[in-house]
Amino acid sequence: MNFYLLYILVALAIFGFIAAFALFSVYAERKVSAFIQDRLGPMEVGKYGVLQTAADILKLIQKEYIVPTLADKVLFGLAPIIIFLAVYLGFVALPWAPGLVPASMNFGVFYVFAIISVEALGIMMAGWGSNNKYSLLGAVRSVAQIVSYEIPIGFAIISAVMIAQTLDLQVINQNQGVLATAPVQFLGFIDVKAVGGILAWNVFQAPHLLVAYVIYFIASLAECNRAPFDLPEAESELVAGFHTEYSGMRFAFIFLAEYAMMFLVAMLGVTLFLGGWNTPLPNIGTLKLANYTTGLFWGIFWMMAKCLTVVGVQMWIRWTLPRLRVDQLMTLCWKILTPLAFLCLVISGIWKLLLF
Amino acid sequence: MILKTAFKGLQTSWKGLVLTLKHFFEARKSKVVADVKSPNYFDQQNGIATVQYPRQELPVPEVGRYQLDVVIDDCIVCDLCAKICPVDCIEIESIKATEAIGKTSDGSVKRLYAAKFDIDMAKCMFCGLCTTVCPTECITMTNGYDRSFSLVTDLTYHFSDMTEEEAELRREELEAQLAERKAAKEAAMKK
Ligand code: SF4
Ligand code: SF4
Repeated sequence: MNFYLLYILVALAIFGFIAAFALFSVYAERKVSAFIQDRLGPMEVGKYGVLQTAADILKLIQKEYIVPTLADKVLFGLAPIIIFLAVYLGFVALPWAPGLVPASMNFGVFYVFAIISVEALGIMMAGWGSNNKYSLLGAVRSVAQIVSYEIPIGFAIISAVMIAQTLDLQVINQNQGVLATAPVQFLGFIDVKAVGGILAWNVFQAPHLLVAYVIYFIASLAECNRAPFDLPEAESELVAGFHTEYSGMRFAFIFLAEYAMMFLVAMLGVTLFLGGWNTPLPNIGTLKLANYTTGLFWGIFWMMAKCLTVVGVQMWIRWTLPRLRVDQLMTLCWKILTPLAFLCLVISGIWKLLLF
Repeated sequence: MILKTAFKGLQTSWKGLVLTLKHFFEARKSKVVADVKSPNYFDQQNGIATVQYPRQELPVPEVGRYQLDVVIDDCIVCDLCAKICPVDCIEIESIKATEAIGKTSDGSVKRLYAAKFDIDMAKCMFCGLCTTVCPTECITMTNGYDRSFSLVTDLTYHFSDMTEEEAELRREELEAQLAERKAAKEAAMKK
């Protein structure tokens, strides 16, 4: 009995976190965009507009569900649920701190990668079910984009996994710091297992992963349909893309999924490349900074700090770069990112062959 | 080839990112709301440009050409403004007076009452034609621009200061005078 209670509590905690994060990041996004454009952003609700997103969600809750007459009712109703669930379930396998992971799986990377691709299905359902040409165009673009970018993202992830030699996210995480159970080598030959800190992160264990991380990051922007890859919801062309017809809570869930996705891809990237919950501070001689700053709460702290930084960069990029054209999007994916990611994969293979 | 393209892409993106980051950090301070006439107006290049209206307001010149105002005492009800208005937003109803009512401040003689002088500000496009044709310059544009109402009918400004009863009285007077004149004319014809 208690067993199930724990499950429910964990599920609620993740949901609560997603909701809180979405509230916070929508506000942050509006402020960041405003500051970049020399504006102030929301200022009216609460001091400096901090309650703006709370007010927005209240408004969304009260709104009517509008279903277009000619929509496919089943697909239309199911789509937001699937979109949200896909992202929500992705959080299950991601580690937060040493010993703190909602569900420890030995194929975690594969699981997360697989479950977030289900989002494409939800988007397609939303676009098709809406019976609206803008929605359909948005959905088609979105699916084409997600499917294409899964290739470079997959290669980038595999090159990290090859270095880590495991699919268990928690183990990958552990092996990038002082708690490692496998040898940790800075740049492949200096043993830094006792030193830890930033030197033990995957990107520094094997420097070509830095390129892999950049590829992962770019492709992950495309995966979560964010600018400069926001073609599926290009406001200037497609009204709002696949979620044009949605209103009220259904829209809120699509929106929630979008922001949760941002955090999810940031978290996955941080876990695979940037040391996850490991501290960036190394042990220097007798000053055991890395040992001091590793632990349950430190783990959560570092994880949050790193992820929020990555999310911040995502926002920064969104408000800087203009949207790509469809052909440019595909060119970038197939002609640049995919070969480069493949190169990283080959280097990873050679790296492992030559160094061990 | 790929490496070059990729490198160039990253380089140019970085350029843009640095630019926006600079703006992001400059957002710590706001521009001071200043009159465009102030000598250092163009020195303020950086910082947040938002004017938090209505808590802050951009100074507008005293001779600003925004909403209309009519000094009804100076109006000779010539109807010129209503005729020139391209969008027909001025509505005037005049009643002839039985005798000269008085003089406007520039000396023109007033012979008509303005029973109704309405300007529909929702329609007005602020072209200012009405102010140029007015012979007594009693219809002017003011520097008031920030009036808002919850009822669209409130946007019709009423400038006439006559009450309905007064207007009725004047109408009767006019009719009486006309009747008197007609009678006098008929009497003269009979002779
Ligand atoms: S400003 Fe132009 S539009 Fe407005 S009332 Fe005068 S003539 Fe009409
Ligand atoms: S033009 Fe001037 S004087 Fe003539 S009716 Fe209009 S406001 Fe009155």
